[in-house]
Amino acid sequence: MMMDYWQRVYRRSRRQYQRLSWRTLHLDPWLLLALLTIVAGGLIVLYSAGGESTHLVEAQALRFAAAFLIMLLIAQFSPRTMQRFAWFFYVVVILMLVAVDVIGTHAMGAQRWLTIPGVIRFQPSELMKLAMPMTIAAYLSRRVLPPGWLDLLVCLLLMGFPVALIANQPDLGTSMLVTASAVFVILLAGLSWRFVAVCAGFGIAAMPLLWFNMHQYQRQRVLTFLNPESDPLGTGWNIIQSKTAIGSGGIHGKGWMQGTQSQLEFLPERHTDFIVAVLAEEFGLIGMAVLMSCYLLLIWRGLYMATQAHDTFGRLLGGSLILTFFVYVFVNVGMVSGVLPVVGVPLPLISYGGTASVTLMAGFGMLMAVFTHHKTTPR
Amino acid sequence: MSEQDRRVGRNARMYGGETASSHVAAMPIWRYRFVLAIIFMAMAVLVGRIVYLQVVDHQFLQGQGDSRTIRVQNIDAHRGMITDRDGEPLAVSTPVVTLWANPGDLPEDPVQLTRLADALGERPSDLMARVQNYRDKEFMYLKRRVTPEPADRVLALDIPGVHGRHEYKRYYPAGEVTSQLVGMTNIDDHGQEGLELAFDRYLSGRPGQRRVLQDRKGQLVRDLHMIREAHPGGDVTLSINLRLQYLAYRELKAAVNEHNADSGTMVMMDAHSGEVLAMVSLPSYNPNNRTSVDPAGLRNRSLTDAFEPGSVMKPLAMSAGLESGKFTPDTPMDTSPGWMMVDGYTIKDTRNFGKLDMTGVITHSSNIGMTHMALALPDDAIWNVYDSMKLGHPTGLGFPGEATGSLPSPFSWSKAKRATLSYGYGLSVNAVQLASAYTAVTNDGKQLPPSLLKLNKPPEGHRVMSPKTSHELIRMMETVVEPGGGGTRAALEGYRVAGKTGTVRKVGNTGYQKEAYRSNFVGIAPASNPRIVTVISIDNPKGKEYYGGLVAAPIFSRVAGNALRLLDIPPDDQSKEAPGA
Repeated sequence: MMMDYWQRVYRRSRRQYQRLSWRTLHLDPWLLLALLTIVAGGLIVLYSAGGESTHLVEAQALRFAAAFLIMLLIAQFSPRTMQRFAWFFYVVVILMLVAVDVIGTHAMGAQRWLTIPGVIRFQPSELMKLAMPMTIAAYLSRRVLPPGWLDLLVCLLLMGFPVALIANQPDLGTSMLVTASAVFVILLAGLSWRFVAVCAGFGIAAMPLLWFNMHQYQRQRVLTFLNPESDPLGTGWNIIQSKTAIGSGGIHGKGWMQGTQSQLEFLPERHTDFIVAVLAEEFGLIGMAVLMSCYLLLIWRGLYMATQAHDTFGRLLGGSLILTFFVYVFVNVGMVSGVLPVVGVPLPLISYGGTASVTLMAGFGMLMAVFTHHKTTPR
Repeated sequence: MSEQDRRVGRNARMYGGETASSHVAAMPIWRYRFVLAIIFMAMAVLVGRIVYLQVVDHQFLQGQGDSRTIRVQNIDAHRGMITDRDGEPLAVSTPVVTLWANPGDLPEDPVQLTRLADALGERPSDLMARVQNYRDKEFMYLKRRVTPEPADRVLALDIPGVHGRHEYKRYYPAGEVTSQLVGMTNIDDHGQEGLELAFDRYLSGRPGQRRVLQDRKGQLVRDLHMIREAHPGGDVTLSINLRLQYLAYRELKAAVNEHNADSGTMVMMDAHSGEVLAMVSLPSYNPNNRTSVDPAGLRNRSLTDAFEPGSVMKPLAMSAGLESGKFTPDTPMDTSPGWMMVDGYTIKDTRNFGKLDMTGVITHSSNIGMTHMALALPDDAIWNVYDSMKLGHPTGLGFPGEATGSLPSPFSWSKAKRATLSYGYGLSVNAVQLASAYTAVTNDGKQLPPSLLKLNKPPEGHRVMSPKTSHELIRMMETVVEPGGGGTRAALEGYRVAGKTGTVRKVGNTGYQKEAYRSNFVGIAPASNPRIVTVISIDNPKGKEYYGGLVAAPIFSRVAGNALRLLDIPPDDQSKEAPGA
């Protein structure tokens, strides 16, 4: 009898042990490894960029610890739950954005933050980076694909309202990323190339229109991008300093905490948007190669995971999230190195910042959920 | 589903096979690859850009970066000290702090600025107005050369944009007593006057340089490396004895005030080394407070003023007569009737001295006696003596603004000119030249070059007369101070004194002036074994007295008496001691 009991216990525990795989935890080890590598490296760079402030690094580490927990939590939801939840989430975020417009907190010339006194201060526009692809994916996955004209119109409406609200804050970077996340869903849903080409044509034709709707500071940024030396002490300062920082790093870099441009306060926003210039100056081309490889591996893996989704919603959502992440990287590194105009896009997983890191990790949680959840009830 | 089945299913979807569910739209493999390719290309653009910046443009951008952050900074070298012969400081550099600000970094907050103004000892409204003027500049002085303690108080306020730079400030402990001699530096620590200027390169040393890293606000972040160490300037030890200098200054000042003179100067020289022990001039100025410096006070008159010496030259001219062998101190000389004509000029004595000997000519300062002697000697005899004594030649001290005086060439001389030269007219000298010439008398016939620096051993000197002549001259000069002579007021208690007075009419725009004189005196003490030679010259005394014997000689008495005691020189005159002592 006793023997039987112990045998049963043994078998059960062994079964449980076998079931305790990455898939049952709803995690992807490769994605997790890439994330942890980048975040850990980012903290090291942040220590240098923040003027050797442990306070800054602690705050960032704590924030990422929370973000990882949120990622773990979200990865446990099945894509079907997310799909059902999408519309509710979308409406809530829209309401928050309206609230920002009415009672939001001003900071640095923009009204982006919602403050619940004593509890939290966050940017609802960041949440839209999740709500937007979820909602569009939820909508399109119930339609016949590839999407028709009517579907596109609905998607554009769903996209246009929040993007307008965010652009009005003003926050060009976030509204652009939200737009990108919606556009990626639509593209991944199998939009015909002819249509894409027509839209691209319209887009280029609409550029002057965009120009006249831009804020003065936004226009200035574009002009500065085209010729930074025209105003080296004013709007051209950032880009000239960051190019100098990157270039003076050379192949091997100046060494950790030895960067002169970044350490001596020439480089603006060095622990937030321009942190990659610090990395480039102190770790050189080698450091940049490592960073870009990590990002590339992360994106590659993420894209693969999206293609392995068990339903259309998951595939569209996952694909959009990882492509948006890519846009993040591209725009940030592009603007700091002077390939793109300066828009306020942080370097994902590395720049010091609050809400952005949480929504990013939540997005990776969704990606993991999409990859690991079986379709339990086939319809 | 087994592990294997799952893998098969996954592969099937990946390679464009049938999807597991009809709901999942086909994601063609080419579209996946296409997206991936775009991502790779975009990444390649970024990497290409970074390679361009970090490899191709590296040199240029590195230079750009360095030019922003790397600065070469000067390190002030400590300026050497000027001391007297015993090491008493005459000019020292003390550390001070210059407070400056970057106006752009200063806070706008009036409360902060008021605190700053209070610490600076300035009216807040003044400071704010000043800051407002400099708002668009990057540098302004708050206060220059503050002593370290109040400067530290200002810096301790920790107001952004306020900085301190460590410098040195020159301080002159002896103030106006040595001011014209030592001179002064300007606010940038460069010598401007006097010995500070003459020895500027030696005193200032060589500033060092170091390469430093600066941040955007111009704050020094760290030293990169030393390019060159600062090389501190050397110290200069003067021949001056500060106690004699004080003494000389005090007595000269009293005399200049008493006689309401324009100016006065005194040189005291070591009789056996040529070292200048004291050199004072009046008027003077305080080099530590330059708010109102009278330009006349800047002149170191012992060197910068040349004057006609007059009768004080007679003993030197006499040496030509004694050396010639035609005259001895006892050679009779008839000076009657107290005047004579030479080449149509009248030469007069103060009164008719009648029959004298050569000693008497000196005792009574007889121009006629000197003229007879001069005319009995070869044409250039007196000129040769003066010239060999370097009168009218640079002293070689290198003092800025020295007046060398003049000794006109002898070739066109008339008898009248030879006559006037013998009693000290027709040439000009400065006080140091005169004192140096008299070292020949005190140093057994060997003249010593003057020196403002302390000497380790006395120079050899050059012979201008025989020892015998020099001894005879001292003896003759002693009679001047003895009762019946013209310089009795130079006499000292306990010491024998040799001296010669001189009173010259000053030269004005229209020849010799009637009412303007210069009173001169040359004194040697103690006469038995000379230790100091003193030249005193008082310019334009405006009282009732103007004779050298009445104005300049008493100063000698007061200064030399104390000086000999300060120098611990034993008295040599027993005759005035109380009997039986």
